[in-house]
Amino acid sequence: MKTVIIQYNAGNIQSVLYALDRVGVTAIVSDSIVDIQTADKVIFPGVGEASTAMQYLRERNLDEVIKSLKQPVLGICLGMQLLCSHSEENNTTCLGIFEEEVKHFESKDVAIKVPQMGWNTISGLQTDLFKGIAENSFTYCVHGYYATIGADTIATTNYIQNYSSALHKNNFYGVQFHPEKSAKLGEQIIQNFLSL
Amino acid sequence: MLTKRIIPCLDIKDGRTVKGVNFEQLRDAGDPIELGALYASQGADELVFLDIAATVEKRKTLSELVNKIAHKINIPFTVGGGIKTEEDVSILLQNGADKISINTAAFLQPEIINRFAKNFGSQCVVLAIDTKLEADGNWYVYLNGGREKTTTLTMEWAKKAVDLGAGEILLTSMNHDGTKQGFALDITAALSSTLPVPIIASGGGGSAAHFYDVFTTGKADAALAASIFHYKEVAIPDLKKFLHQKGISIRI
Repeated sequence: MKTVIIQYNAGNIQSVLYALDRVGVTAIVSDSIVDIQTADKVIFPGVGEASTAMQYLRERNLDEVIKSLKQPVLGICLGMQLLCSHSEENNTTCLGIFEEEVKHFESKDVAIKVPQMGWNTISGLQTDLFKGIAENSFTYCVHGYYATIGADTIATTNYIQNYSSALHKNNFYGVQFHPEKSAKLGEQIIQNFLSL
Repeated sequence: MLTKRIIPCLDIKDGRTVKGVNFEQLRDAGDPIELGALYASQGADELVFLDIAATVEKRKTLSELVNKIAHKINIPFTVGGGIKTEEDVSILLQNGADKISINTAAFLQPEIINRFAKNFGSQCVVLAIDTKLEADGNWYVYLNGGREKTTTLTMEWAKKAVDLGAGEILLTSMNHDGTKQGFALDITAALSSTLPVPIIASGGGGSAAHFYDVFTTGKADAALAASIFHYKEVAIPDLKKFLHQKGISIRI
């Protein structure tokens, strides 16, 4: 099986590579269109800012390549947000796979910090991505923006309000949390994705 | 609900943990990777690795260690000690660190906070502050591992650092550090009630009740400790169970 992690101008790509290594999968990190198109599984990770990431993808035609993929694709954190329709982060038009929109957390209480940083629960779990994962399991999150709840929602989390902690449409999956940093549970979700 | 975080801190020198540890589960108690993995398996929410003897010559040793840690450990971790430049940060992040922590270098050159935040994102820039309550009733910033006093108030420095882009504050009270008599609740609560970023309380944690106090009265988002975990005075699973039973939002 060929697993490709899309290389672009976002952080945290190595962490995903190492997490795959821990579950016994050798992946390659690449921005080559051929590599991405011929992969069995594609992971679209990322920690960063939406508009510069989209600009980078467009300049390399990776936006169209990602949209045309037919194999299972997993967006993580910023990767998931870029698969949505639009992000409030610098008013960015995203890839539009998921119809949900990405909005900024607005905290009215100084005790509720933005970005959300730490462990929070996921619930309403759907699809085989969460096979064997218990409701209200803990995942590690670092994000100041969130995806709204809609037709593609397959997991929700509450922080300030309920938001989509995972999305799914056709062959595309996205998780807001970091499975690569979510202990054993995160490794199970990665394995579930690789088994899709 | 977002949980409060428990963070063991491992002091590193020449690639080895410094404080004496005694875990029968470990083949080599001085191996930071083994100890970090043990804490992760026990339910630690994050780890901090602090290179206490950071020198230019030894940076390669640290980055190699970080790479090994990142391969082995499945929870987030922060690396600190001697970080001054974008290149230092870039190497550590590329080797798999999730966050970096800066202290004296940031105080002497505050603009590095801004540059690090712009280049790598605020979420990975942890500002560590060593603070001490003086006889005049004010908390002051100390530098160089607590050896050098400044005339800057901790609240003023923390506010400025957050404005520059620090994503988290790791606050160590020198009055409390090593005492095992509890965390500095007042300055921790003051920072947490004022600043829009998470506050990690450090220094003084000696019992499970102290962690309860710092998460309630101290309003901390996370609490860090070292020797009580290393010497098994407080076990992480017991601590988390205690906090959960007391109604604190905690990952168990």
